[in-house]
Amino acid sequence: MANTEPVEDWCTDYDIFDPGYIRDPFPIWDQLRGECPIAHSDRWSGSWLPTRYSDIHAIAHDPGTFSSDEITVAPLEGGPADGVKAPPITSDPPEHTWARRLILPAFAPRAVEAYRDYTVALCGELIDGFIDRGRADAASEYAQQIPPRVIAHLLGVPPEMSDEFTEWVRGVLELGLTDPEIRMKYRAILMDFLWAQVNDRKANPRDDLITRLLQSEVDGEPVPDTHVVGTCNLILIAGIDTTWSSIGAALWHLAQHPEDRARLVAEPELIPVAVEELLRAYSPVTMARVVTTDTEVGGCPMKQGDRVLMSFPAANRDPEVFPDADKVIIDRARNRHVAFGVGIHRCAGSNLARMEMQIALESWLERIPDFRLADPDSVTWAGGQVRGPRECEVVFT
Amino acid sequence: MKMIINTELCQGHNRCYALAPDLVEIDDLGYASHKGDGTVPPGREEAAQLAADNCPEEAITIIAD
Repeated sequence: MANTEPVEDWCTDYDIFDPGYIRDPFPIWDQLRGECPIAHSDRWSGSWLPTRYSDIHAIAHDPGTFSSDEITVAPLEGGPADGVKAPPITSDPPEHTWARRLILPAFAPRAVEAYRDYTVALCGELIDGFIDRGRADAASEYAQQIPPRVIAHLLGVPPEMSDEFTEWVRGVLELGLTDPEIRMKYRAILMDFLWAQVNDRKANPRDDLITRLLQSEVDGEPVPDTHVVGTCNLILIAGIDTTWSSIGAALWHLAQHPEDRARLVAEPELIPVAVEELLRAYSPVTMARVVTTDTEVGGCPMKQGDRVLMSFPAANRDPEVFPDADKVIIDRARNRHVAFGVGIHRCAGSNLARMEMQIALESWLERIPDFRLADPDSVTWAGGQVRGPRECEVVFT
Repeated sequence: MKMIINTELCQGHNRCYALAPDLVEIDDLGYASHKGDGTVPPGREEAAQLAADNCPEEAITIIAD
């Protein structure tokens, strides 16, 4: 099946890069949940697409049957030739267990508090840059600017690098998903950069995360350099367009919902609850798994080697679990969403992402309490692995 | 009332810690356990229930008196 033909039957031939699906996947998931509920497609190397919360929850809790060896939604033929992966997100137990313990301390709730002041100052400066203009692109001038700088700060590399980070990450994870040449080009740039950083820290140890990773030991042995490069690759790639997509989607929603804005302006203490609801409704991330042994999910037979797309965004719209799942209820109190995944691969950076989202919305609403989309039709979305707005011009009112 | 966190199931989402920080202990890796024997002080029952209802791993059990 060619990747470019229009989709006629979403149950048997879905296309995660279909422009309509990227812009508005919600009715398609509702249809699949009712009719399939696990869809299949031969496009983009072939995959299954479960859409029910219960199926996705069950798969995520069975890493023995559903491996994380290949997590991209549209994998490269043969995988990366340089042998560098992105542990622990690409690991299964037992490697996963120690690889995850290595990075968790840097992202625990207390640890991410250390980046709060930096993030507050950063959001303030970004708003200073456009507030007098009376309009801004909430995606490219704000949301997209925050995570790369926080991650640069955390990794201990110059903040001036953040625009390049953004370009590389989009090259690997967005534009490169459907274009292997672009993906390999940016992957090579990223690898050269990370190897240079690692070699620099080996010669000149500093008080930063890369140095700490290099100095870590597993079973009395130093962690291999390839592993450190892979983990830095993960932190850089996973921490950037995911979080900016969430911040951008939240502002896109608020631009169209004055009642939600008014509520959050009047009750800023509600922002953490609102962030969870916006994460649920506009979850950005879909991951993949590989079936290790013939199995069955919800009556659907899967064969060894099959790939499964873990659409956490679809799970979070399942009306079986979330009453009025298609509505944003800004103070939704019971919200067991899985935007950061669930099970052993729960996003290691979730505490950092939440902190960034909360500060980004607090800072924006404090100074720009009223705003609307300049033109709803001009908003553009990226999707596939990570869904979020890429251009989202708003006017301050 | 008691709020009991099953540390075998906890994956460190920290939803409980955000909703009921006074009832939850977080270790250096970000995993949660209940404070003390899990007894919920008067007036904190709703917070404990919310912590349980928001855990994506369903790792929290509420035991009513």
